[in-house]
Amino acid sequence: MTNPYVPLLILLALGFGFAALSVGTSLVVGPKRYNRAKAEAYECGIQPTPRAQGGGRVPIKYFLTAMLFIIFDVESVFLYPFAVAFNQLGLFALVEMVLFIITVFVAYAYVWKRGGLEWD
Amino acid sequence: MTAFIAGPNGTADFSDTPLWLSVVKALFIFVYLLVSTLLVIWFERRVIGRMQQRPGPNRNGPFGLLQTLADGMKSMLKEDLKPANADSVVFTLAPLITATMCFVSFSIMPLAGDVTLFGHRTPLQLTDLPVAVLMVLAVAGVGIYGIVLAGWSSGSTYPLMGSLRATAQMVSYEIAMGLSLVSVFLYSGSMATSQIVQAQESLWHFIPACFAFFVYVVTMVGETNRLPFDLAEGEGEIVGGYFTEYSGMRFAMFFLGEYINMFTVAALATTMFLGGWQAPFGLPDNGWWGLLWFTAKLWFFMFVFVWLRGSLPRVRYDQFMRFGWKFLIPTTLLWVVAVAFYVAAKNNWFGGPILQIAGRDYSLAVLIVIGVCASLVIVASWILGDRAERRAAERLPQIPVEVDPFAGGYPVPPLPGQRLVEPGAADDAYAATKEVSRG
Repeated sequence: MTNPYVPLLILLALGFGFAALSVGTSLVVGPKRYNRAKAEAYECGIQPTPRAQGGGRVPIKYFLTAMLFIIFDVESVFLYPFAVAFNQLGLFALVEMVLFIITVFVAYAYVWKRGGLEWD
Repeated sequence: MTAFIAGPNGTADFSDTPLWLSVVKALFIFVYLLVSTLLVIWFERRVIGRMQQRPGPNRNGPFGLLQTLADGMKSMLKEDLKPANADSVVFTLAPLITATMCFVSFSIMPLAGDVTLFGHRTPLQLTDLPVAVLMVLAVAGVGIYGIVLAGWSSGSTYPLMGSLRATAQMVSYEIAMGLSLVSVFLYSGSMATSQIVQAQESLWHFIPACFAFFVYVVTMVGETNRLPFDLAEGEGEIVGGYFTEYSGMRFAMFFLGEYINMFTVAALATTMFLGGWQAPFGLPDNGWWGLLWFTAKLWFFMFVFVWLRGSLPRVRYDQFMRFGWKFLIPTTLLWVVAVAFYVAAKNNWFGGPILQIAGRDYSLAVLIVIGVCASLVIVASWILGDRAERRAAERLPQIPVEVDPFAGGYPVPPLPGQRLVEPGAADDAYAATKEVSRG
């Protein structure tokens, strides 16, 4: 009986080996013809937009979504141990789970009320 | 039905599996996935072709089966372009991350029960962890990095926008996906995939966890960036999304990643909700038979993916995000609470008498829980549906009842329900304006 994570790493190595081999082979086999226009950013044929310093700014909406994701994803992961050990924990688990989900809903209602879930 | 053998920690039994056998199984899964990908791309193009009343690819090999292989060879022989603005290290790394991570999740999928392989009795599953499903979600999370980094490192506008969209989309739907799996854990009391399959021996989870199954199917389409949720690639708006600047084999890696991810989410759906490798209607599923049923269920989901692509248009981004955040997440949380109460009532924690209805035993508490949940759903849909209707009515533009078809000087046909002003009066009014302007 080996460590259960070892076979997982074997598959990881196989996948990486395959990907690296195919990309590497195409680098060797494929043609290379330099052309300045080919190396420009693709914008359907028009002059590419000049790139802003440091990649430019992105809409704040995406940042907010990422923040909300962290909060709610961690909260949903907290539900996993409850769910798995539910039968052993008994009625205590049910009460705890409901209280926890009510707390999540308070945060959720606050975010909704403040417009954190509006996209436009 | 086959007898299940449980190992330590509530996972499958791997005591008769030497390391070299694990390597063989890893190779088997790897080849299985690659062949499935080759076939599913052909399958998708053929089925979409039929849905659009054209034959689809049918030239290379019998029925065009070798089309994907030919496409792969072609992209291998193409120039591997790298834009001048691109960050060369990350630009190369991103497709490798995507193509590597997509394989890993399959290591915990039980492809079949116990089989005899080279004289060893071993489950047809590479490995089993007590936290297997959590591992799948974690690997999917790392896989998102491939997309984020691809868009960021391209140094171009469209890929950046595509990768931002893809990231926001995938993280938003990952929450609902994670929550929909909680009810399965509640029913099976384990996160190990072998135990979850075992827990479905009498009843597959898609019946008692029907709403979670619905949410999972929606989120799995959102997670894999497939139509109608392929906003990250929306060809009409942002060219190709995050892989706009990719060509040749690196692009093929993203393509491969997308299709293997489809197999991964479908395999998870099969394992969690559709009984894994178990056969329906008591058909044989011992040994290698399991692989047949598992593959059949996988291809059922593949057909659903293709079917959706053939029939639905792409949704708008704000609608998509609103659906995820304002519908899927709260309803799935409530569903988890409902299932928790149901399981508690079934475990008889609330006490109460056992009723005999039509020769079967029902606990009164279970019936009460189901009744309360059902009536809450009815009341909620009644109130919310009413409110949504009222809001929609408020949002409608006020259409005037009478309309002058020549008001702006151009003839405008009336909308349904509108009454025309007498044409004569309108002509007089028009003449009057002419006179005023002339005078």
